[in-house]
Amino acid sequence: MTDVSQARKQSSPSAAAEGFDLAKLLLEGRAFFALIVIIVVFSILSPYYLSVANFLTMASHVAIFGILAIGMLLVILNGGIDLSVGSTLGLAGVVAGFLMQGVTLTWLGVVLYPPVWVVAVLACMLGAVVGLINGVLIARFKVPAFVATLGVMYMARGLALLMTSGLTYNNLGGKPELGNTGFDALGFNRLFGVPTGVVVLAIIAFIGSIVLNRTAFGRWLYASGGNERAAELSGVPVKTVQISVYVLSGICAAIAGLILSSQLTSAGPTAGTTYELTAIAAVVIGGAALTGGRGNIRGTLLGAFVIGFLSDGLVIIGISSYWQTVFTGAVIVLAVLLNAVQYRRRSKLPSATGGQPTSQKRGKAEPANPAQGKTAR
Amino acid sequence: MSAAADTGPATGDAVLSARNIVMSYGGVHALKGVNFDIHRGKVTTLFGENGAGKSTLMKILSGVVTPTSGDIVLDGNLVSFSSSSDARDRGISIIHQELSLAPNLSVRDNIFMGRELRTRTGLDFAEESRQARALMADLEEDIDPMTLVEDLRLGQQQIVEIARALSVDSRILIMDEPTSALSATEVEVLFKVIRDLTSRGVSIVYISHHLEEALQITDYAVVLRDGAITATAEARDIDLEWIVRNMVGENFDLGSPPTGHAFGEVALSIEDVSVVDTSGSGYSVVDHLSLDVRAGEIVCIYGLMGAGRTELLEAVAGRVPMAGGRALLEGEDVSGLSIAQRISRGLVLVPEDRQRDGLVQTMTVGRNLSLASIEAFAKGLFLSRSRERELVEDSIRKVTVKTAGGNAMIGSLSGGNQQKVVIGKMLTTNPKVILLDEPSRGIDVGAKAEVFRLLSERAAQGLAVVFSTSEVNECLSIAHRIVVMRRGRISAEFGANATKEQIMAASGEAVVA
Repeated sequence: MTDVSQARKQSSPSAAAEGFDLAKLLLEGRAFFALIVIIVVFSILSPYYLSVANFLTMASHVAIFGILAIGMLLVILNGGIDLSVGSTLGLAGVVAGFLMQGVTLTWLGVVLYPPVWVVAVLACMLGAVVGLINGVLIARFKVPAFVATLGVMYMARGLALLMTSGLTYNNLGGKPELGNTGFDALGFNRLFGVPTGVVVLAIIAFIGSIVLNRTAFGRWLYASGGNERAAELSGVPVKTVQISVYVLSGICAAIAGLILSSQLTSAGPTAGTTYELTAIAAVVIGGAALTGGRGNIRGTLLGAFVIGFLSDGLVIIGISSYWQTVFTGAVIVLAVLLNAVQYRRRSKLPSATGGQPTSQKRGKAEPANPAQGKTAR
Repeated sequence: MSAAADTGPATGDAVLSARNIVMSYGGVHALKGVNFDIHRGKVTTLFGENGAGKSTLMKILSGVVTPTSGDIVLDGNLVSFSSSSDARDRGISIIHQELSLAPNLSVRDNIFMGRELRTRTGLDFAEESRQARALMADLEEDIDPMTLVEDLRLGQQQIVEIARALSVDSRILIMDEPTSALSATEVEVLFKVIRDLTSRGVSIVYISHHLEEALQITDYAVVLRDGAITATAEARDIDLEWIVRNMVGENFDLGSPPTGHAFGEVALSIEDVSVVDTSGSGYSVVDHLSLDVRAGEIVCIYGLMGAGRTELLEAVAGRVPMAGGRALLEGEDVSGLSIAQRISRGLVLVPEDRQRDGLVQTMTVGRNLSLASIEAFAKGLFLSRSRERELVEDSIRKVTVKTAGGNAMIGSLSGGNQQKVVIGKMLTTNPKVILLDEPSRGIDVGAKAEVFRLLSERAAQGLAVVFSTSEVNECLSIAHRIVVMRRGRISAEFGANATKEQIMAASGEAVVA
């Protein structure tokens, strides 16, 4: 048996050494390199691109997609998809706007003006409820994630439109005498010169990393996304994990909704339309596998920055918005293509994984050398 | 039994011959210079244990894979197949163990799948139907070509596969485990079809684990072991015992039951458990079965495929619901508990299919090993990396996994070592009872012996071990007690001194023995 392990030890470093080529480095770090290329190219094309002010502006745009994408990453790690985040973002913004106008309790004859923190908490709870509906539909009633979240996407958007009859809340400032000022602080204002949204993104990304890497929940998520049946047989509460990721994704969407309304100083029912697709694109560009189990926060953040910096760059150099759409699409296709290349390479490594246990594979994996027979006897 | 690979029967009546076939994957030889003849108009059966190389050889002969070296001789001419369709064009078809039919299509559409008959404007459905009907008449099967395949019984689906092979004028038909899912009457029908085909000059290669059954139908027997032919003979010259002896080798020892420790209290008590078939037929795959296992005892559950072994173990572990009865762990009823609760109380299952149910392929060796015992290294909300590393290293050492370390990807391990990871994962939870469903499936003899040694060591420390197998040799290794299952019930119980023939007779495998 010993000679077998030696053979394997010898072969693995050589395989690793082959891997340290430029192609592999570029492939694995593609989101990072793409970001650098984008920054360099636009800095050459436009004198305004490379400046702290512009970077902060772009970063505050990225914050919205980044927060959505982190929620989406959790869902995608689980092997699911959440199409409802854009609508949830819009609904949360509208509900926040509605609460800022004051809630008239007719039977008491009073108008309640909840303070901003209460508004924020309620909006997040709303996001959680939307996520819970998604999660329960998917985990308990076995509705495919694509269909369940598609339905919820329409419902949330419809509710947002109903609440405002299609109009937009423009007055989110509140009044000092009512004690409900400060909505600006959620996204419009800056903290030490950094837009609040970016700070919130950083905090969420930090918490997300900790949860994914350092908690049992994170381990459960990777395991159930990688192989739900194996995870379940190992005692992982796969249903709870599945529901939780949709709830967390809903909360992230609500937070993004609050920040966006604050940035725009208005809450419209159509805010965030198609943002779910941008979020998915960011996750995919970040190297996550749509089949679940692979991906991380760092990659997803890079993906969000790639998309944000690219589209803002195209605006700055004055390319028509139609071309912007084409470029963004091309980047997404390229990213998915590279994902496919990366995971194919990985599965080509010695003694490939997966699939059916045919005796052919067995033959590949099982050295049936005489030494083994001897030790066994 | 030194490999007498170079002496095959005379090649005069061989329609297809493999000459000195070597198949290597990396440095591993799956086939080591195999000579194999398919006799014209006869049934040639290939016997061998899981992993002996049967399927690899068949894939080579049907053009699915190309051998590393060696020749294939068809009708006296040297040939090489570029693909399976190339082989099919020369009259060689293979029916795989898992049927490759589209259940949502009709029999006719399946038969002509991929080579549809065309008219100038579209498909010639009328001609396809006519030919399909003619094929069914040939096979004396009353199946309407327009029936959807999913509406057919498994045996009939098998017939459709055969019809598809015949529709391309196959002269050589390779059948990989064709009867594993068939009822006794369906097997009779299949055998009639096979005899009919051979009388029409079609040559059949037959692979089956039902030795007795295969002996009924075959004309020639060839035994493959560890990638080499160990014996060939005409069927009339041999018996069951001859096959078993050549398949497993004469003096290979997988260990013996651990002695020197007294059994403890009853650790696991299965009381009157029934499990209903999940496909909704209402048929009981486990039928009012009761079994007690004591601490420190090793019990082997032997049975053929479909005897209900997997369903029994999965029901006890909480994977599938019980239709009746209960399971007690040290006197406590665990029937209503979740899988996680059963694991934390000390009842664990090592599933049969490690790729599908045992391993998370996207994670490392270490994370797979620690997956079932996360609480053991959690500190409050967070996981302690150092404690996890200790746990993983300890576990790798205890179950002797050959790996570069806990951070290696699980896919980099050999099958036997992957299996040790799955077993190690469950042993790391410090169970009181471990259930293992076919723990030796798809691993080589060396790894098999190590797994069994590991289990007997743990049993000596008081662990109750229940493992299932379909290889009779494995029952006669470390088990203190052998329970034979047949059609969801216990058909016999033996001590460690039972004979192969007794066990096989009780399982329904060797009917005449």
